[in-house]
Amino acid sequence: MGKTLYDKIWDAHVVSDGGDGSALIYIDRHLVHEVTSPQAFEGLRLNGRKPWRVSANLAVPDHNVPTLNRVQGIADPISRAQVEALDANCKEFGITKFDLMDRRQGIVHVIGPEQGATLPGMTVVCGDSHTSTHGAFGALAFGIGTSEVEHALATQTLVLKKSKSMLIRVNGHVGPGVTAKDITLAIIGRIGTAGGTGHVIEYAGEAIRDLSMEGRMTLCNMAIEAGARAGLVAVDDKTIDYVKGRPFAPRPEQWDAAVSNWKTLHSDADAEFDRVVELDAADIAPQVSWGTSPEMVVPVSAQVPDPARESDPVRRGAIEKALAYMGLQANMPIETIGIDKVFIGSCTNSRIEDLRAAAAVVKGRRKADSVKLAMVVPGSGLVKAQAEAEGLDRVFLDAGFEWREPGCSMCLAMNADRLEPGERCASTSNRNFEGRQGQGGRTHLVSPAMAAAAGIAGHFVDVRSF
Amino acid sequence: MRAFNVVASKVMPLDRSNVDTDAIIPKQYLKSIRRTGFGPFLFDDWRYLDPGTLDIDPATRRPNPEFVLNAPAHAGSQILVARDNFGCGSSREHAVWALDDYGFRAVIAPSFADIFFSNCFKNGVLPVVLKADEVQAIFDLVAADAQAQVTVDLPAQQVQLPDGRSFGFEINPHHKHNLVNGLDEIGLTLQQADKIKAYESRRQQEAPWLFAN
Repeated sequence: MGKTLYDKIWDAHVVSDGGDGSALIYIDRHLVHEVTSPQAFEGLRLNGRKPWRVSANLAVPDHNVPTLNRVQGIADPISRAQVEALDANCKEFGITKFDLMDRRQGIVHVIGPEQGATLPGMTVVCGDSHTSTHGAFGALAFGIGTSEVEHALATQTLVLKKSKSMLIRVNGHVGPGVTAKDITLAIIGRIGTAGGTGHVIEYAGEAIRDLSMEGRMTLCNMAIEAGARAGLVAVDDKTIDYVKGRPFAPRPEQWDAAVSNWKTLHSDADAEFDRVVELDAADIAPQVSWGTSPEMVVPVSAQVPDPARESDPVRRGAIEKALAYMGLQANMPIETIGIDKVFIGSCTNSRIEDLRAAAAVVKGRRKADSVKLAMVVPGSGLVKAQAEAEGLDRVFLDAGFEWREPGCSMCLAMNADRLEPGERCASTSNRNFEGRQGQGGRTHLVSPAMAAAAGIAGHFVDVRSF
Repeated sequence: MRAFNVVASKVMPLDRSNVDTDAIIPKQYLKSIRRTGFGPFLFDDWRYLDPGTLDIDPATRRPNPEFVLNAPAHAGSQILVARDNFGCGSSREHAVWALDDYGFRAVIAPSFADIFFSNCFKNGVLPVVLKADEVQAIFDLVAADAQAQVTVDLPAQQVQLPDGRSFGFEINPHHKHNLVNGLDEIGLTLQQADKIKAYESRRQQEAPWLFAN
């Protein structure tokens, strides 16, 4: 029997087999940010330990950073202390870090690939669940807790149990106006937020091969929202072309050997998966989430579900709770839902392609008066510079959108960017949990083009006919 | 790490599925650089009627009388029972720290999200997977008698109810061994330092670009 891509990466990283269902797995790349690392560094100090291989780590502050007036520093003293703790820890242990004012600073899952620090075939970990993003490169990448951050720092390994494998094949081609975000939301709508629990998902099929690297990152980013710790896409020429020439990419004398290795990073034709799910790309429309879990999602042309039609009492209760929190009525058409704010950004959708897609919708139009704030937050300083070189900042500003500094921003509202209670947001982020974007805030997950269109219309609209 | 053997306690019934880690501990508390002190903020948005931050004394806030954690009958429970996919979402270990700091030693649910599940074992908190009808039996038990004592016996891999019913559960032997003995996983891994070094030298030959930067 052939091997899956997951088998191949796993096998190449086994340091020792525990013999009890666990294995010690080597970690090639560890990305570090300010929120989930301070207790891990403290653990190292308390035990008199040092990082095992300093050069495997790359750090950046992203969750707490302000997206306005950055030169003035961080106003919130508690946020500032956390970013300063990262500075001090990286200095003490010699870890490479991009400072707040460095133009390479940005969201950890944007800068890893952008720098070539994420490479095909690597194991990549970070104390953040959206580490699944890096699976777009055929890397086994997953989020870990702070104890595992400390373990990875101290030993360059993790003790892991191998997951099951799931193949999600998206056959055929998506229509115009349908993006990677819509594909990933449609998948979550199909298999549920626990559908991938205990599995590593490999995404395949024509619609996945069609995606750019940015699109594949969006896709894998939300594997965790389907319950899977990691998502994977096989390496192809797009992967290799993206990596080439980046600062941390293999040096010229090692390039050919690396590429020939990377070309083996796909599942064998006769590999078997524990579960296979198939979708038809032509059936996928632009998606809008209506509830408080990413699985609560429908096509933009649909209505808000009616709990009366749900026979399972636990599910019915969940729909009722979600509608009450979201301030929605059963059977409302999605296109009648008005919004207060627009957020275009996050590790899901803040790359150059996302900003281009949003700008193409916004160009020559104006934000609806009923929309209080429409903000665009690039994923990194380099994405911001690229967008500005293309004039995208002017497009957004002319339409009444705000153009901000890079960071996680209102995806999770750890900085000053947040929803007020009851405010409704068209958001390109990844989680619509209660309170995620601010206590009492109401989040609808959409693609960048759909968020931009909602900002212009003041309510959700089908970007395909906008 | 603190060992886990047998815990006998009342049970806190949290009748929700998909309880995410943002709900367990909201983002504003993640700014703390400590591992302790999160207990007063556990389930913060559901537990209090007014908003909180790290620098607001929780004693000055208004508890939500509707939320189960504030019900006097359940005070002092060391076991939490909930529905499917508990701990989904963010990888924040602060969620486990908050449960632990509040006083929960075990969480029982029909299923858990992977990262949360893994984080529990690093902190001496036991996640117990039972079948949906067994979880329902515990909800029914607590609804009938909030004082009912349930025993979670890790060495025996059993959850015992006061009426004599007993539900077995599975656990990875590696996790069980570390939890029962309260072992420090990093210390254990470092005993294999020679194997890690051997792996690195072999790998450096096969894939030198992985060690270049």
